[in-house]
Formats: sequence, structure tokens, C-alpha cells
Amino acid sequence: MEALSNKRKVMEAKPLNFLERIYLPAIFQGLAITMRHFFRKPVTVQYPEQTREYSENFRGLHSLKRDENGKERCTACGLCALSCPAEAITMTAAERQKGEEHLYREEKYAAVYEINMLRCIFCGLCEEACPKEAIYLDGPHVTSDYLRKDFIYGKDKLVEAPLNQ
Amino acid sequence: MELADIIIKFVLVVIIFAISLLIALYSTYAERKVAAFFQDRLGPNRAGPWGILQPFADGGKMFLKEEIIPASASKFLFIAGPSLSIFTACIGSAVIPWGQQLTIGGHIIDLQVTDINVGVLYILGVVSLGVYGVMIGGWASNNKYSLLGAIRAASQNISYEISMGLAIIALLLVTGTLSLRQIAEQQHGFWAHGWFTWNFFKQPLGFLLFIVCAFAETNRTPFDLPECETELIGGYHTEYSSMKLGFYLFSEYINMFVSGAVMATLYFGGYNFPFMDLIHSPNLVAILGVVALFAKIFFFIFFFMWVRWTIPRFRYDQLMDLGWKALIPLAIANIVITGIVITFLNR
Repeated sequence: MEALSNKRKVMEAKPLNFLERIYLPAIFQGLAITMRHFFRKPVTVQYPEQTREYSENFRGLHSLKRDENGKERCTACGLCALSCPAEAITMTAAERQKGEEHLYREEKYAAVYEINMLRCIFCGLCEEACPKEAIYLDGPHVTSDYLRKDFIYGKDKLVEAPLNQ
Repeated sequence: MELADIIIKFVLVVIIFAISLLIALYSTYAERKVAAFFQDRLGPNRAGPWGILQPFADGGKMFLKEEIIPASASKFLFIAGPSLSIFTACIGSAVIPWGQQLTIGGHIIDLQVTDINVGVLYILGVVSLGVYGVMIGGWASNNKYSLLGAIRAASQNISYEISMGLAIIALLLVTGTLSLRQIAEQQHGFWAHGWFTWNFFKQPLGFLLFIVCAFAETNRTPFDLPECETELIGGYHTEYSSMKLGFYLFSEYINMFVSGAVMATLYFGGYNFPFMDLIHSPNLVAILGVVALFAKIFFFIFFFMWVRWTIPRFRYDQLMDLGWKALIPLAIANIVITGIVITFLNR
């Protein structure tokens, strides 16, 4: 049969010759290889002290952004929750009261905004859906925890730190 | 024997016992570090600086773990197994000459617990006793994997003891004595009468056979079939937990230490080192000799680990093939050739 590519290699089960049968040359070859590795620099990253850099398009923990005046951008329109394939996002909208203009950019804001990190698949569709550029997956990865309830991240963990603090 | 001599012997026994335990303890650490370096990793480095407290953490863990004796196991033999294993591992070092004589305040101290004139036979005897611990432990566990591991250990050790004995016979043709002290003394210095004094250069094939058998006798990779994790879970110590498991693992490292000492003494000049005649203080020579012996032992321990992280395990039939069809004929040929050469040279 004609070979489809020239990559095919015919293997033969040849009986071992004398040098192969006494194992020793192969053993010394192997010892030399491991000795080369012995002096090689370890590739270990000492995790808690050192961390590897994330790649530029890494999608990690969500953050809810503020605008240039430090006001929350999110208007609780619900598009992110709608776009979420894993149904990880829930929110409760509230109306901005008098005196809160410095906190929220528009008249409506998210009083409660929760993402279930066990459901989230970090696809980034919420980021794409958001009309207000309020949510970005630009954080680190989500750390482990002991209880399921602790994986539901509220606004305390998601909203960016205020500007002048 | 004077009281002072008895005290000196007693102190020597305690020191050697402590040193072999300490070296075994740190061999576990060294094994993990060496394994890590061979695999481009760092190894344990959290307990103390560079992880040097790691063996104590491991030992503490071993002591604190729950001790399980299976309901269907024979309780007496189950405990006797690891006890015997660690006991035989510890008594092997009694005949090793650790160095030349030290003279302190008029007392001549032999750096050897006892110089019996059948030292080599004693070592062989202790080595063949060593397998009983493994065998009894595996058998008493009443577990098929343990039993298989025990059977493997028994047949493997018996097979390789034969070629080890034959390799030593060829060595005895050269040395003409069974006393380890005299064998070490014969290898004085490094070069004499136009040839190396160390037995390795007179018996290279014998040394090769001996070291292969030493790997098999200590159950180290590539001959670690008795515990063969891939096939037998843990082999003979599948059912063991807590410090009884610790004793089994520990005796393996003590065995490595002792077999390193035996190989250094029989083939690599023991406590002798090149240019030792240039130093005139006998005490200094003795101390440097101890250092030289330990350097050789540490090299052998490192070599054991080096091989472990290089070569995969033999298949069981290959192991038997190697033992019976390759090593024993080679050992016999070695005896014949050695005999012919010695007769020729003596004429």
C-alpha cells in the first residue's frame, strides 16, 4: 500500500545484540543523562513567595470598575447576568438617593451584586456584554476556600478600591 | 579485658549505632533532595533552612500515625517482621573497620567493634538474615500483595546471594583472609609494587557483580520488586502503618549505609587513602582514614540514589534471568580466571 506521508517508520523487532544485552552501556548512558539534569537549574517556582506572571489575555477574578471620579460604573442593567452561560451572576438593583451622587454614576445602581465563583467558567461573556465597561476579568485567579458559601463573592470583594484612599 | 577497654568498646558501639541511625535519617532527606535535583526540582525546603529538619518532621509523623494491625494478621509475627528487619540492619556494622588505631593517653583504641576472623562470612550471614524480616512481615500481614512481595523478596535475595558469595570467593582468592581488618590493611595506600593496592583494580568484574547483588540485597531500584508499587501496592509493607512502616523504610537506608561500608572496605581500600604515608602523625592518619571511609560510603549511597532515579525496575523474569543466567556464570568465570592468574603470578 502506498504510504500517505513519508513519516511512516518501519519498526523491526530485532533481537538485542551483545552490548544491549549486558545493559551496561545503556545504564551508563542513562546515568550520564540524569547527571546532566542534576546540575541543571531547577524550574521550581516557590509559589507563595514567587508567583508566575499571568499572560496578557488571562481571564481571572472579576472586578467592578469605577469611573474617573471614583463612582461605580455598574447600573444593574442585568446584561451580564443574561449573557452568563453558567448563570453565575445575580444582582439587585436600587435607585440612587439624594446625596449619593458621588458613589454611583447613574440613577440606578447594583445594591447587591454576587458572582458564584464555583459556577463561573471565566468565559468573559459578561465583560463583552457590559455596555458601561463596568466589569472586567482582570484579577488574579480565585483562591481556594473551605465552604461553598464563601465562593459567592459580593460587592465587598468585587468592586475596585475607591480612588483616593 | 580491662574495665577501660570495655567502656571504650561500649562507647564505640553507641557511637556507631548513633551514626548509622543518623545517616539513615538523613539518607531519607538526601534521597528526596537528590531525586528532586535529578528531576530539575528543589525538593523539601520548608522545614528549617534548606529543609534540613525534614527527617525529624517525617519521623515525628511516623510516630504519631495511627497504628493498624489487621484483624486477620498474626499479631506476633506482624510485629516481629519490622523488628527483625531493623535489628539485622543494625548489627551488620559491627565488623566494619572504621579506621586505624587511635592512641589517646596510652590507650590504643581499635576503631572497630570486633575484629572477628570470619568478618566477610558474618556480613554474608547478616545479609541473608535480613530477608527474614521482609518475609515474615509480608507473610504475617495475611494480604495477597504482601505475600507476593514477601515471596519475591525471598526468591530474589536467595538468587542474588549466590552470585554475591561467588564474587566474594574470587576476592578471597586475592586477599587470602576473611578478616575485614586484614583486607583493609592489605589495601594500604593507593599504589604499591607496580599496581594499585585497592581490590577494585584487582577484581573489577567481581566488584561489578558485588554491587549489582548489593542493589538486589538492599531491595533498591532496579531490583525493588518486593515493594513494586505499580503491581503490588506497597509490596511486603502494604499493611504496615506508623513506625512499623518507618522501621522497614529505615532498615532499607541502614542497609544502604552498611553495604556502602562493605563495598568500600572490600573493594575501595576501606579507610586507606592515597599518599597516607606522607603524614607522620598516626592519629591524624586514623582520623583522615575515617573521613576517607565515610566519603566513600557517602559516594556509594549517592550512587544508590543516582541509579534509583535513572533505571526503571526489572520485570520479574528478567530479574531471575539476570541473576541465574548472567551473574552466576560470570561469577564462576571470574573465580576461574582469578585462580589461573594468581597461580601464574605466584610462579
